[in-house]
Amino acid sequence: MTATAPSAPPADGGGPGPLGGGDERLLRTSLLRRLLGRPELGSVAGAAAVFLFFALTADSFLRAASFGTVLYAASTIGIMAVPVALLMIGGEFDLSAGVLVTSSALISSMFSFQLTANVWVGVGVSLLVTLAIGAFNGVMLTRTKLPSFIITLGTFLMLTGLNLGLTKQISGTVSTKSIADMEGFPSASKVFASQLTLGGVELKVTILWWAVLIAVATWILLRTRFGNWIFAVGGNTDAARAVGVPVVRTKILLYMGVAFSAWIAGQHLLFSFDVVQSGEGVGKELIYIVAAVIGGCLITGGYGSAIGAAVGALIFGMTDKGIVYAEWNPNWFKFFLGAMLLLATLLNAWVRRRAEATR
Amino acid sequence: MATVRTGVRATGAVLAVALGAMALAGCSSTGGKRAEDRARDAAAQGRAAVNTPEWTVAMVTHSGDGDSFWDIVQEGAKQAAVKDNIKFLYAYSDEGQQQAQLVQSYIDKKVDGLIVTLAKPDAMKAVVEKAVKAGIPVITVNSGTEESKAYGALTHIGQDETIAGEAVGDELDQRGKKKALCVIHEQGNVGHEARCAGAKKTFGGSLENLYVDGTSMPDVQASIEAKLQSDKSIDSVVTLGAPFADAAVKAKASAGSKAEIDTFDLNAKVAAALKAGTLGFAVDQQPYLQGYEAVDLLWLYRYNADVLGGGRPVLTGPQIITGAEAGALEKYTERGTR
Repeated sequence: MTATAPSAPPADGGGPGPLGGGDERLLRTSLLRRLLGRPELGSVAGAAAVFLFFALTADSFLRAASFGTVLYAASTIGIMAVPVALLMIGGEFDLSAGVLVTSSALISSMFSFQLTANVWVGVGVSLLVTLAIGAFNGVMLTRTKLPSFIITLGTFLMLTGLNLGLTKQISGTVSTKSIADMEGFPSASKVFASQLTLGGVELKVTILWWAVLIAVATWILLRTRFGNWIFAVGGNTDAARAVGVPVVRTKILLYMGVAFSAWIAGQHLLFSFDVVQSGEGVGKELIYIVAAVIGGCLITGGYGSAIGAAVGALIFGMTDKGIVYAEWNPNWFKFFLGAMLLLATLLNAWVRRRAEATR
Repeated sequence: MATVRTGVRATGAVLAVALGAMALAGCSSTGGKRAEDRARDAAAQGRAAVNTPEWTVAMVTHSGDGDSFWDIVQEGAKQAAVKDNIKFLYAYSDEGQQQAQLVQSYIDKKVDGLIVTLAKPDAMKAVVEKAVKAGIPVITVNSGTEESKAYGALTHIGQDETIAGEAVGDELDQRGKKKALCVIHEQGNVGHEARCAGAKKTFGGSLENLYVDGTSMPDVQASIEAKLQSDKSIDSVVTLGAPFADAAVKAKASAGSKAEIDTFDLNAKVAAALKAGTLGFAVDQQPYLQGYEAVDLLWLYRYNADVLGGGRPVLTGPQIITGAEAGALEKYTERGTR
């Protein structure tokens, strides 16, 4: 929960004491303590450490051009990590998120090509179908009462097969046909895959999408009723239902949120490369979960933040590209990722304990 | 409690002594790490043979994690890099988007030369063109015969998958085969599809594709086994990678089939099996050459503006290897260069 509940007066005796008759919820907490209570604090410290580490070990890491590359790598993970974090705060998993990105790109491309339609039609259809798959996940979960791990594992396998099978059946090969010469492609490219140059740094448009998603998700979590519902269903579903939180609707919407982001990420894939490989995306879902967990999301739900997940994605991007800039053997990358996941989670747990102890 | 603790300590002591004794007494006079080290010492000492400045060359491939084929390519590249006084960097990813990002990282690093694979040409197009525009010479290897020139690369070094497939079809005909199975272990790999399609084109008999999950060997073996059991008329199985030939041989044995197993690519096991006659033939594309030549050609371009191939791909395969040639290649496969 983000709402802090300070019960004891601060040690310096400031503020009304417990016998002063003051309401403890109105206590002023110090800025430091408020920071300590934030779920993303551990990941921010981790990100700073990773940044410093690569700044010292890799000479080309600090170049302006490298900055754009790292941010781009982070954004392609981050766009998905943000809604996955919301879903995890809501206490659920989505293992189909990785291949859903590929599915969304494939639907767009093949629909436009086969019907010789303006590519925007394909983009629209892809949005509807992707949202429907997200809704399917949510409905199956709430109807069957099976764990989300099982439900989305099923979806993941089915989508992996559908991606390959349908693409081969429709296109005759395992990758889609080029749609670069079709109407609407240039404008769609601008929206999903353009880049702007700021002071010599090339910034891909995905970074902008990512920033917007972080802002929207944070606003939802901290400023809306729906945000409270997310924390409530993730913290304790039965209690949430008892106080009138629409649990079913909340969970379905969370899955649709993941689907919406998968659609953005998928369209980016399609319009930056114009041809989609049907076998890709497998394994990415775990990376999104890793980013969210590094960012302070609890695997059990009810705790976490969108900003944290974004920082988690940034750590991922810095590590991913930092290893290249530092000229290390890429075989070690997954080892570092795993070590970082453990360290970040330990740090998060420690920070949380400290925050609770000082209240 | 105390007895338990002394028991543990005693066991530990016994184990330590036993291990030491084994290490001393149990020396193998053949094979093992020592033989490998001796062979390496006997080989040429790694020293640059040129006095050009130390250029940096980076290679970015579409390899997955822990792929033996790409190990051999790297081996060749490293050998050439030592000789040409070049600093060699390597990175890989089997996702198109990731691979493009890695190339971008090396452009940021301002390397002196780039070697890329174009297994996912559309994903790589923009970033390869960017490298060329930034004045970095690019050589494509292994995959991308069609696209290499259009993207602005100097040369393409590799095997044309369709031509390689056609060579397999011809070889199967020569061996009098009638019904073949083409085992594709990576769904979604365009090169694999091209190999099987090429074989189908030139093969006089019938050929069908079998899709298996290459990330799980037991699954590969079970799938081939089931296929061989259900169709006794299959007289040849073609696998698309050296590790899969071994699985096919096992599947053949347990299915009680008479089919001949043939494969793309070499490794130590395949060479030994060719020599023993358990495999019919292998189609080699000489991965060592792909790495070695790519680095060497970049050096030549930097040093002397030389470009090889005259605008056409430089082919490193297909080279059909049968039991007769396999013996000579065995020691090369063991040291990881064939």
